[in-house]
Amino acid sequence: MSSRAKPPAVADAVKDASQIRQKEMIARHFDRLAAAPQTGERCAYTFVPGNLTELLLSFDLLPVLPEINSLQSAMRGKSAEYISIAEKLGHSEDVCTYVKSDIGMLRSGNIGPTGQRLPNPDILLLSYTGCFTFMKWFELLREEYRCPVVMLHVPYQADGHITDSMRRYVVDQIRTQVIPQLERVSGRAYDEDRLKQCLTLSAQAEDDLVWVLQSAKGVPSPIDAYFGAVYYVGPIFSSFRGTTDAVAYYRELRAEIAERVRLGKGPVTPDGDMDGERFRVVVEGPPNWTSFRQFWKMFSDLGAVSVASTYSKVGGMYDLGYRHDPSNPLETMADYCLGCYTNLNLPTRIDLLTRYLDEYKADGFLINSIKSCNSFSAGQLHILREVESRSGKPGGFIESDLVDPRYFSAANIRNRLESYFQMLDQRRAGGAA
Amino acid sequence: MTDAIALSDLVAEADRLYRDYALSSVMQWKARTGGLAVGYLPIYVPRELLHAMDVLPVGLMGARDDLEIIKGDAYYQSYICHIPRSTIELGLNGSLGCLDGMLFPAICDVIRNLSGMWSMLFPGVMVRYLDVPQNFDAAVGGAFYRRELQELAAELERRGATPLSPERLRASIAAFNENRRLVRGLYQLRSRQPWTVPTHELYLLLRASLVMPVDASTAMFAQYQALVMADDSRTPLDQARVALTGSFCEQPPIGLIRTLERAGCYIVDDDFVQVHRYIQHDIPIDGDPLASLVTAFLEDGVASPTRYIGDGVKGESLLRRVKESGAEGVLFCAPSFCDPALLDQPMLVRAVEAAGVTWTAFKYSENGGQFQVIREQAGTFADSIKLWSGV
Repeated sequence: MSSRAKPPAVADAVKDASQIRQKEMIARHFDRLAAAPQTGERCAYTFVPGNLTELLLSFDLLPVLPEINSLQSAMRGKSAEYISIAEKLGHSEDVCTYVKSDIGMLRSGNIGPTGQRLPNPDILLLSYTGCFTFMKWFELLREEYRCPVVMLHVPYQADGHITDSMRRYVVDQIRTQVIPQLERVSGRAYDEDRLKQCLTLSAQAEDDLVWVLQSAKGVPSPIDAYFGAVYYVGPIFSSFRGTTDAVAYYRELRAEIAERVRLGKGPVTPDGDMDGERFRVVVEGPPNWTSFRQFWKMFSDLGAVSVASTYSKVGGMYDLGYRHDPSNPLETMADYCLGCYTNLNLPTRIDLLTRYLDEYKADGFLINSIKSCNSFSAGQLHILREVESRSGKPGGFIESDLVDPRYFSAANIRNRLESYFQMLDQRRAGGAA
Repeated sequence: MTDAIALSDLVAEADRLYRDYALSSVMQWKARTGGLAVGYLPIYVPRELLHAMDVLPVGLMGARDDLEIIKGDAYYQSYICHIPRSTIELGLNGSLGCLDGMLFPAICDVIRNLSGMWSMLFPGVMVRYLDVPQNFDAAVGGAFYRRELQELAAELERRGATPLSPERLRASIAAFNENRRLVRGLYQLRSRQPWTVPTHELYLLLRASLVMPVDASTAMFAQYQALVMADDSRTPLDQARVALTGSFCEQPPIGLIRTLERAGCYIVDDDFVQVHRYIQHDIPIDGDPLASLVTAFLEDGVASPTRYIGDGVKGESLLRRVKESGAEGVLFCAPSFCDPALLDQPMLVRAVEAAGVTWTAFKYSENGGQFQVIREQAGTFADSIKLWSGV
């Protein structure tokens, strides 16, 4: 990098109140899960995209999200061992590493992110949204746990919109199959009033999350909308959407970000507050979790801020206006499931990225292509060319994996990022000249 | 094909159609009939519906090892399977220019995402993602699938196809029933007398059939059956009987199939070109034919890895295939990076091991050209079956 690329100043990391609150929420949730065999609380394993958290909560079922357990295993340095166990059991090196990490964790005692044993599922709620692997994952888990599975097949938005037929199909499944199964497993009758209360709380939290994500339109951005957003979307993507905890968390987070805006601060990074935003980028694709901090620092060290990302939309496209609507509980859940990012067709994904580049005043975009995630990765080279062509802004392409450390080559990724940001610098200098 | 055709000529003609990237037979059909031709990717589409609207369904299964992939590789990372890149290559080099539409069945994320790419790369072509249900309740998944088929029919009609009518659909179902019966008959004959129906020949017929009108395909299968039954020169060899599974989408090179046979394997069951056998029995032609088509998918579709197995037992179908075909072992033969096949495989392995069936596994890609390692592996596997089975 040139002399202009002086690393930005950073301060020591200090945890915000919202971070502490989130940590406590998660700890309480895992305490309940760990105690479930004693307390008799029941749990449902399910997926992030298209999850029916409000419905589960209305039946007093505790959600467990295997994807999140896998990424947590990676962040704790456990996933390599877990993947190795799964591969020794015959799982191919070619397939999703979330699945293998989960299988390996299960075979190693099912110790969750807080070091406590997770309870076996009372039911697997297979919300089959935007990812083919989900279906196979829960077929595999069913063989391990021998528990009931309820499938919720969510059609793909192949033509870029939700049709009445799709919505009807999803609602019919929720009404005739998901709810009766949850009634059987929980021993409770379906309580629509309670569901509506949860949906009301969801919409409140969603409003605040969107405010936070869209704060990145400001210059400088007060948040990092890729790495930092991972923490921001955590509660709403997982077990807390539809709870008062989530409402309180997002209210507090919004206030903190508003304060950062008022003070003209940049985002929090692994090294604390970042000053001197030099590059604004949009990021497509999930992060690498095994070297998450190192990966983030590659950006922040160069003064690069992610101002929008698609990964932060896998659990819902709230920034496009969707909100859970308590007045139509089943239909609104159907629309939520149908609208998650990976359920959108490629033309829509391209439109969205192009729009983000414009609305968030980004200098360019980066694609982190994940080896074992075909849902995201298949077609990303086409996305790269199309978005470049439409926006006139340069794209960068890096490759890594979700939770398999064998596919995170720090030197290669750093080289590519440095070259990319250097190119942005040169374009900027050329433009100024 | 004439009545007097020799077996070698029939197989050679099937081979020619299999190798015809330019789809010249489809172009000839279009010139002759003025009808629409619609391509489809693996594994299953309701060909009866297209046929009933005078549309020629054209099965596409990627390329072989003789097509240099240049543009297609620019669209996919190294860790994506091969079939989408060869399909893109064929699209961009003009080979698929005679197709008026493309159907992308819901089998995996790669084919799903390819549908969106196709709509952008070929904007004049009808592109439809065929979202088959994973809910098999007639009132829920069945109702959804019926609406999908009605939308497909409406779109084809808008593009100039003959309107769908119950009478025409019944006739088409009858035509495909006859076709499927012949394919099933050849599979049964092969499992009884595998030396009579070598898999590399049967495979060529299955591939050729993808680009033929159903009546011509039916005639070809019938002729082939008659010719091989009359051929006394085909005599049994000391080969091991194996069932092959995992090759339902991207296809192995024909050289790989020959290699397995030369290595001492009689392939007595497989899942190649599965569209011909996806529906396992005749579809009723009385009553509402669209309902029959829907019911056939819901209740009679094969237990493919792309299909959610809800109440059933994983591997049950494979074990039934092994039993019915008299296979002595299983070859797990999947394309590299094929999510459905490779994610399914541990469950199937567990099932065959529990049943005491021996197995081996390897991967391929459609453009692979080196089979020595597989030959040795398959040969050892076949030898072990011959040496140890029944001991």
